[in-house]
Amino acid sequence: MIENLPALQIVIPLLGAVLCALVRHGGIAWAISTLVSWMMPVVAGLILAQVLSDGAISYAMGGWAPPFGIEFRIDAANGFVLLLISVVGAVIMPYARRSVGAEISRRNQAWFYTMYLLCLCGLLGVSITGDAFNAFVFLEVSSLSTYALIALGKDRRALLAAYQYLIMGTIGATLYVIGVGLLYTMTGSLNFVDVAARIADMETTRPILAAIAFIMVGLSLKLALFPLHVWLPNAYAYAPSLATAFLAATATKVAVYLMLRFLFTVFGLHATFENLPLTEIFLALSIAAMFGASIVAIFQENVKRMLAYSSVAQIGYITLGIALANQTGLTGGIVHLFNHAMMKGALFLVLGAVAFRLGTVKIEELAGLGRRMPVTMGAFVVAGLSIIGTPGTAGFISKWYLAVGALEQGMWWLVFLLVASSLLSVVYIGRVVEVVWFRPLSEKAEGAREMPLDMLVPTLILVAATVYFGIDTSLTADIASSAASALLEGVK
Amino acid sequence: MKFDLILRIAAKLLIPFTLLFGLYVQFHGDFGPGGGFQAGVIVAAVVILYAIIFGLETAKNVVPPIVVETMIPVGVLIYASVGVASMLLGGEYLNYSVLEHDPAHAQELGILLVELGVFVTVAGTMTAIFYTFAGRGR
Repeated sequence: MIENLPALQIVIPLLGAVLCALVRHGGIAWAISTLVSWMMPVVAGLILAQVLSDGAISYAMGGWAPPFGIEFRIDAANGFVLLLISVVGAVIMPYARRSVGAEISRRNQAWFYTMYLLCLCGLLGVSITGDAFNAFVFLEVSSLSTYALIALGKDRRALLAAYQYLIMGTIGATLYVIGVGLLYTMTGSLNFVDVAARIADMETTRPILAAIAFIMVGLSLKLALFPLHVWLPNAYAYAPSLATAFLAATATKVAVYLMLRFLFTVFGLHATFENLPLTEIFLALSIAAMFGASIVAIFQENVKRMLAYSSVAQIGYITLGIALANQTGLTGGIVHLFNHAMMKGALFLVLGAVAFRLGTVKIEELAGLGRRMPVTMGAFVVAGLSIIGTPGTAGFISKWYLAVGALEQGMWWLVFLLVASSLLSVVYIGRVVEVVWFRPLSEKAEGAREMPLDMLVPTLILVAATVYFGIDTSLTADIASSAASALLEGVK
Repeated sequence: MKFDLILRIAAKLLIPFTLLFGLYVQFHGDFGPGGGFQAGVIVAAVVILYAIIFGLETAKNVVPPIVVETMIPVGVLIYASVGVASMLLGGEYLNYSVLEHDPAHAQELGILLVELGVFVTVAGTMTAIFYTFAGRGR
């Protein structure tokens, strides 16, 4: 079975989704999803361990040898992403039972878990595959299930948000597949490694440049790069709490990974960054995201929406790492991918608990809540500090790498911008902290209690991770660094 | 439309032959044009035709919604199980060659089973979509 691990990573969630749809019982479906989600980190961990010791793994789907068949190819970069997604899924599942029980009607609970597992399957599939078209299929598996997950939100605006995302996501997927089509016409291959080898002597031709443009814009829509982020705030704000936490931690990250894969492995550093003004574009858009989205976040009344805008800003940091395109900068981007998943996951779980107790996440209703839910709100403060990038938290590590990467490129002014945008996050996180801890109790918060233990533990695990990875960076930064070098080297 | 004799007789004549054609497209898919998706759509079209002529409620008695909604995951289950079976027999996921002693036979068996899964899911999904839209506003 050990050689079939790459297939199991996808097949287990797929089978789990099917079983959830067949049993049609919320409780049993939850048990199945939990079991599946807990198996995933084991599989991903075994794969990553194998990759780190013996180098990249190639798995021929259906026994058809690459480049003709679909190849699952795992190196340090996507092994890391696989582990990230799996761990997030495993940590949030115990939380799901009560949160989903409270927010989703009994009739739809099994469907929720079906969609969740399909989404997990799709996200893992995008990360594991070595085939451009297969990546599109998995991207759509995850996106379609995401639309359904968002539409299951209690608020009626969830439907509109899901529809908005459906339109934008489909446009993104279409642009991506047009790009892949152009690539296929020119190279006659869909396999990442094979395309990379064949593209060498035609990388300045117009169809290839057009393919790069189509794929980059399509993926930018999926990963919500400013100014293509407009679907994200509503989708995150009105989706069920658990879905928001899961998607914020994983979905955009996978799109970032796919973009990295195309930029560095398929097109190659040389082709993309010398023939197209990609550095300038990514720099400008990242900085615009870091500032624009953070400023908008400051003025949000709905805390979930505020954090959604903060996500757009944080994605700016990740793409900033791509723009720097040197070892340290890229390490910073990849490590932020991981760290942001931890801290945003934690923050959205805290908000899920607030919604569970109060039924609302409006900022004025949260007044004084710190006195009623001290541990929950303490978790918010710690994860919030990590968003800001305080030393001792994971957020600091990623910003440190980005700053050093910027200095290595001679862009010292970028360091000032990094600090300035962090100050903006002090404002929006600080606003919530002020309301929660220093205001008199609001009427709604009066009767609130600490969240139940099975919701508290997953939240605290993620919060502990943001602190732990802020102090001991051997796991995150080292793997991110080897992922960065794997990407920068290409596939040689 | 209950009294429309011509439509009802024509539908009654068409339905068995269309079903048969659907099965032909399904099982001849490995030699000629066809396969699970097309066959599934043809069979779902039979249910839709029946529902249009004889009414949605009658159709739901013949093909209950619970059956339709179960067909959707069951088809995926068939598909995925073929892959799991080939893994258990020592091949890669969905490597049909290991399903039987002779690879050529095994490939044929594998694709037939996988297409059966596609057929079940597509027929179920198409009918479910029709039921959902036809049942709106009732």
